[in-house]
Amino acid sequence: MEHTVRAYDAELDAITAELARMGGLAEAEVADSLRAIAGRDIALAEAVIERDARLDSLEADIEQKAIRLIALRQPVADDLRRTVAAIKISNNLERCGDLAKNIAKRALVIARSEPLTPVTSSIERMGELVAQRLKEVLDALASRDVARAVSVWMEDHEVDEHYDAIFRELLTYMMGDPRMITSCAHLLFVAKNLERIGDHATNIAEVLYYEITGAPLGDHRPKSDALERHEH
Amino acid sequence: MKDIAPSSFIPDPAQPIMAPGDTQAAAGSEDSSVLGLDPATTKIDVQNLDFFYGKAQALRGVTLSVARNGVTAMIGPSGCGKSTLLRTFNRMYGLYPGQRATGKIMFDGEDILRPGVDLSMLRARIGMVFQKPTPFPMSIHDNVAFGVKLYESLSRADMNDRIEESLRRAALWDEVKDKLGASGLGLSGGQQQRLCVARCIAVRPEVLLLDEPTSALDPISSAKLEETITQLKSDYTIVIVTHNLGQAARLSDYTAFMYLGELVEFGETASMFTKPATRRASDYITGRFG
Repeated sequence: MEHTVRAYDAELDAITAELARMGGLAEAEVADSLRAIAGRDIALAEAVIERDARLDSLEADIEQKAIRLIALRQPVADDLRRTVAAIKISNNLERCGDLAKNIAKRALVIARSEPLTPVTSSIERMGELVAQRLKEVLDALASRDVARAVSVWMEDHEVDEHYDAIFRELLTYMMGDPRMITSCAHLLFVAKNLERIGDHATNIAEVLYYEITGAPLGDHRPKSDALERHEH
Repeated sequence: MKDIAPSSFIPDPAQPIMAPGDTQAAAGSEDSSVLGLDPATTKIDVQNLDFFYGKAQALRGVTLSVARNGVTAMIGPSGCGKSTLLRTFNRMYGLYPGQRATGKIMFDGEDILRPGVDLSMLRARIGMVFQKPTPFPMSIHDNVAFGVKLYESLSRADMNDRIEESLRRAALWDEVKDKLGASGLGLSGGQQQRLCVARCIAVRPEVLLLDEPTSALDPISSAKLEETITQLKSDYTIVIVTHNLGQAARLSDYTAFMYLGELVEFGETASMFTKPATRRASDYITGRFG
């Protein structure tokens, strides 16, 4: 049902629309940064780095609109949850953009080093999984689908498992040939960034769940944390 | 080299998996939701209350617990019955012919609706402050002393103490202590309203009923009265009817949302304003109807 004051709806909808734009852009940044790694594509990596500023400014804009709405409309109940969720989700998307930008920066270095084809394809597979999770949660956001958000939230361990595997694979390469250490270290950070993007997708799922149901999702999620298992 | 093989991931079957029906149940899908309070913390227990203005029914089967030493806010669109409900608590309606209530209102275990209740005593125990300030055309001192004299005969010193205490509690003392002999009508609107609160609490009631007490006040006076109410709640049970949703949210511990003479939702205020249980309450507090 619409608000009696129509301008209120227009303001809420403007925030939601901007959040959707941000989601699309973050998704593209992640996907392109991965293509830049896989294809050793310097031009694409540079484009990813340059586009990140748009995510930053969209985040700032959503925050400003949300603060203004809180100040002027005093939203309560679902309106309040929607407004606060927009701030939190945009923050998570902005972080995804930063991580994609970091991947792109490493793509520039990796593109100029010796190819490490087997690891790169492992990273690609992990990247596809992470990009898929991000897409799933953004679809859940667009369609306000709680069940879909919960499924993204439940499946976080798959990304963690990929990260563990890549971690071991890279250690093996580094021990085998010290000349590989530089590019392997960069790829390790790429894998870590992907794992972080997966976490942001999970965060978004949690925020979305709260926004729609008004209840927290709890902390029963299956965990598979490399640091908890490996001595460090 | 240390063993860095990952332990296999074992999903825990005990983990709650939300059924799709549960997760899709968005807030606000129930028709009505009324929180029951522990009888030990209930000051006023309304049971199945109907109210009639002649033939017109204004309240329908209202069942509601008012918490002791808490603030309960009643909200809802005009004509929903919230002021009517408030007025039944001290049987104010009895002053008008043709108005009647059926059901029970248990006040500390005693039904105040039954015949034979001493209305004068009842109104001393359950005081009321109205929308517009209603100081009597007499001095500030006499305004506060007026009610006390009906129920108690205090010495001059005791009366002065009572007046000071009441004015202090109503957060008015500092502004009027040097002019207690001046007319109550000479005060500002906000001061007059706090004078009415002082007059009400001077009788040492157990319950304070406030019917839109700040609707005629400017924001600063409203804030002062809100602060007064917050200070008073440790000693009194307070019920406030308000059209100002922000005020209900700021002041109250519990909120009752009424619509068309029915109690639609009653629950903790923090819960009502973040996650209302009924669609109608949600639509009202978010400004979608009313």
